[in-house]
Amino acid sequence: MSGESLRRATATELRAAFQSGAATSRAVTDELLNAIEREDGVLGAWLHLRHAEARAEADRADARYAAARASGAAALNALPRLLGIPVALKDLVNLTGTPTTAGSRILEGYVSPYDATIAARLKEAGAVILGKTNMDEFAMGSSTEFSAYKKTVNPWGIDRVPGGSSGGSSAAVAAYHAPLSIGTDTGGSIRQPASLTGIVGIKPTYGRVSRYGIVAFASSLDQVGPFARSAQDAALMLHAIAGADQHDATSSRSPLDATLLNLPSGDAAASAIRGKRFALPKEYFVPGMEPGVERAVRDAVAALEAAGGIVEEVSLPTTEHALATYYIVAPAEASANLARYDGIRYGDSKHGGGDLLNGYLETRGRGFGPEVRRRIMLGTYALSAGYYDAYYVKAQKVRTLIARDFDRVWESGFDAIVAPTSPQVAWKFGAKMSDPVSMYLADACTLPVNMAGLPGISIPCGLSEDLPVGLQLIGKPWSEAELLSISAGYEALTATAAWRAVEPHDLAKLGGGAV
Amino acid sequence: MSDLTRAEVERVAALARLGLTSDELGKLQGDLNLILEQWAHLADVDTSSVLPSAQTIVQAMPLREDAAEPSLPVDAALQNAPARSGGFVRVQAILSEEADG
Repeated sequence: MSGESLRRATATELRAAFQSGAATSRAVTDELLNAIEREDGVLGAWLHLRHAEARAEADRADARYAAARASGAAALNALPRLLGIPVALKDLVNLTGTPTTAGSRILEGYVSPYDATIAARLKEAGAVILGKTNMDEFAMGSSTEFSAYKKTVNPWGIDRVPGGSSGGSSAAVAAYHAPLSIGTDTGGSIRQPASLTGIVGIKPTYGRVSRYGIVAFASSLDQVGPFARSAQDAALMLHAIAGADQHDATSSRSPLDATLLNLPSGDAAASAIRGKRFALPKEYFVPGMEPGVERAVRDAVAALEAAGGIVEEVSLPTTEHALATYYIVAPAEASANLARYDGIRYGDSKHGGGDLLNGYLETRGRGFGPEVRRRIMLGTYALSAGYYDAYYVKAQKVRTLIARDFDRVWESGFDAIVAPTSPQVAWKFGAKMSDPVSMYLADACTLPVNMAGLPGISIPCGLSEDLPVGLQLIGKPWSEAELLSISAGYEALTATAAWRAVEPHDLAKLGGGAV
Repeated sequence: MSDLTRAEVERVAALARLGLTSDELGKLQGDLNLILEQWAHLADVDTSSVLPSAQTIVQAMPLREDAAEPSLPVDAALQNAPARSGGFVRVQAILSEEADG
């Protein structure tokens, strides 16, 4: 393998090539870093690159493959699953010795003194960490336009947003800058950008993946998960990062299904759809949904039905209140989490002059961008004396109703819910920047899933106006293996579909430029 | 719920420790009122027999052993501090000398 084929290979293909000796991690790593160098001037996905460290990690991986090849098949199969596979981290994952900004000026210059649990697990699994990716400031946004540092474009249309908040991670995988990346999802920040850039993104069950060392946004909602270009690849990365962690009390001991490592493929995958019961929630076909998106999603549902899936319409009646509920709970938690940015222990500081209070006011007033300020203000208001019951407690009660809606679906015997991920394809830069509520509506189909703590995945299901559309599958708690297996089935069913042959733009031809 | 007044927006900004300009406060007042107006329908949801949920995935949270473990070395913990003095973060005095005396 060489050149473009290395660059476009999935993690699963790369592992096989590394085992057989058909390719080296160093060659792939060089190929990707060179592509990034040529193209990120246009794409804007990366905030920090680890050229030397990544190459050294790749060389060490290659040495281990060579030694194992000399010892035989058993030794090769015993090597960690991600050994030598290049990955990207959203810039809110602490990785020792790298800048971690969370897309904010208030963390400019911050260098991580320790590894997040998932960073340590990716190292343990042998991954080559290429660098850190752009994001909306503190993961608040749906377009990555709220990054304090740069604009990330969608490789499918460079006048369009890549989604958000994990837009750098989704754009990097969609543009073949990395086969795998890490995102976080508080209200849709993995699934929505995956949908808008035509890749796979999974938000695991709340508690599946440790958040230790991840910059916190809303702690009862935040989850960490992979972006990939296939369900099998997403499963590989999820397997590497999931599991109990004594540093995160919410991380679960619930075992991860081992079938993740070997999802069915081809006809076996497609036949796994037979007999599955899918719930189609009518409230997710929201007013204002683009007709092309609805068509692609309904076609995908028809394909599942044609393969022997049983689809029935259901009602999730509290959906209409989910947006308001989320935008009270998430900002309230954010206002508490972001109180730590006080300019005393780390981060940008405006202390020194006048009195202490002024130091806080200046540090935070100048350090946070417009959307973060808006959410801190909303959250502080919702938690303040006199308004706490009317807003925060009320929202927590409606949250109970949202979770009950989903419970009733599972009690009726459904295996998964199928829905659109985003009511729209990728929009043009600036289209939603002047009206915060229009930006919030972009997550109408994803944020109820966070409110209930359930796992959700977005997989590509077609194009509308030549831009990718995502199909969302929502599952019972801890059913990631089921969701990924259904996703692999859908991939097999549509392997020869005309839309799968359509590619994002070749950024090199759009006059790239150095990072 | 009635509109947020300018004074309320200023009070919330002070609670949140956000030092904002007059223009920024004015813009936030407009944004917050627009958002809260959209959320008003929540008041109509019948939650009279519903308990609040702080989180929805319920699981056991076992305690861990009360055992000493390595922690971050002082230099690493302080490497990002804006000002330090030896093994400490340096902060502004919050008590005046007269008050100390």
